[in-house]
Amino acid sequence: MLEQQLLNALTLGSVYALFALGFTLVFGVLAVINLSHGAVFMVGSYAALAMVSHLNAPLWVAMIGAMVVSGTIGLLVDVLVLKPLRARNAPHLIPMIATIGVGIMLTSAAQGIFGAEVLRFPEEIMPMGDFMVGEVHVRALEIAIVAIAFVLMAVLFTLLKRTQLGRALRAIAESPKAAYLLGINVEGLFHITSFAAAALGGIAGVLIGLNFNAITPFMGQPMLHKGIAVIILGGMGDIRGALIGGLFLGFAEVISKAYLSSQMGDAVAFGLLFLILLVRPSGLFGRKLERKA
Amino acid sequence: MNAPQQPNLLSIRNVGKHFGGLHVLQDVSFEVPAGSIYGLIGPNGAGKTTVFNLITGLLTPSAGHIDFQGQSLIGLEPHRITHQGIARTFQNIRIFKEMDLLENVMVGMHDHLNYGGFGIFLNSPACRAAEKKARERALELLSWVGLDHKADMLADNLSYGDQRKLEFARALATEPKLLLLDEPVAGMNPSEKTILMEEINNIRNRGYGVFMIEHDMRFVMGLCDRIAVLNFGRIIAEGTPDEVRNNPDVIEAYLGKEDE
Repeated sequence: MLEQQLLNALTLGSVYALFALGFTLVFGVLAVINLSHGAVFMVGSYAALAMVSHLNAPLWVAMIGAMVVSGTIGLLVDVLVLKPLRARNAPHLIPMIATIGVGIMLTSAAQGIFGAEVLRFPEEIMPMGDFMVGEVHVRALEIAIVAIAFVLMAVLFTLLKRTQLGRALRAIAESPKAAYLLGINVEGLFHITSFAAAALGGIAGVLIGLNFNAITPFMGQPMLHKGIAVIILGGMGDIRGALIGGLFLGFAEVISKAYLSSQMGDAVAFGLLFLILLVRPSGLFGRKLERKA
Repeated sequence: MNAPQQPNLLSIRNVGKHFGGLHVLQDVSFEVPAGSIYGLIGPNGAGKTTVFNLITGLLTPSAGHIDFQGQSLIGLEPHRITHQGIARTFQNIRIFKEMDLLENVMVGMHDHLNYGGFGIFLNSPACRAAEKKARERALELLSWVGLDHKADMLADNLSYGDQRKLEFARALATEPKLLLLDEPVAGMNPSEKTILMEEINNIRNRGYGVFMIEHDMRFVMGLCDRIAVLNFGRIIAEGTPDEVRNNPDVIEAYLGKEDE
């Protein structure tokens, strides 16, 4: 049943990639490791669940709603937490620690509002229409997850590569000071980036919530660890790296769970990551570690 | 602040800057006329780069006035000041190494290319036209500095002299009226300096004002219409290259040590 596992791996890997993309975008543009990204992911999941079960919203509306809710939290984190730290020239570790605090607050809030038990999406909202391709059982949900992940990634790639907004963001990633003096509203683009990155994290939360149909306040933590691993593997701040790294981790995890040991899946996946980093310490697409302030 | 029609592009009056008890600039005044090349010279640590940082809004003066075309720049954010028509290059070159030359220049057009990021997906004729026009303008600017044939090259692969020229083209892309050059010939060999001197003259002849900080005396004397000399945070002389060259204070403070 290799084909079946490959489909599972593709599904999981594309969500990892989507999650890591937001994470790496914030690192690339703002030079901040935003450790609240896991919690924002979890919030996306709950936001969609609340819209589906309390407002009877259709799933696609709930997905967009979740992106808006998560994105808004990302924006608020930038305005209320990161911006004051930037204004005070805080050293790199400080914003990272501050976002740990944000993550804890969000997790506690979710626990207070929704309780600590596992919540599930109602069965009737799941996309219907499973089918067989040869021996492989394909769920419509998996197709939807992979499609949504890849469409969003394609949108982001095009945006960064082909538009003035993308050029401006890449300029900031290389030198915020030079970008500032070329007339680019750096603060404004920091806000936009924070919103977009968190929105990507939020939709990833919805997709994972749907895939495993289990939502808890603590689901963000393991995802955060995987996200960190993915962007380190791909090369910090590199968009292609997040995509390849996310898919790699998905495949490594699923295949090792299926063929080696279900308990050791994560251990094998992270062990492989470690081996790759021994060979390529700055990641698959990592640039030389230099950055001009 | 009550400035009637300023004949000068940039006017700096009684500007002071201190960091805590350290007075970096005191009572600095000079005027940069339109359409000329103006030089600010002085020994290391005299406060030259601080003057640039005050003009471009990276720092705020502790005292005095900075007016551009009769309007105060004080308190404006750097991107607003760029919008007013001031562009700058850096002492340490800060091109975007991971982008090609064309993209580097197009980043400088940010103020003039606002079709919104999602325009590309709507693929509207207006945004395609804007993008095409920007590309053509970027190519034109690259041709001004003789780099148009390398437009698709990654900026990281340029020689040092070419990187400096790319910075000029990128700064001009913001459509400035005044170009600030921070030590444009630092680290260049004599032939590169000669080429750059021509480039700067060309830029002036196209109607831009140029204001530069520079250590290289021969370069400054050969190029500038007027020069101000800064020493220990104060202007000690101002005038044409000949006037400055013969000023005893300048000779003592600066030229005497420059003998190399």
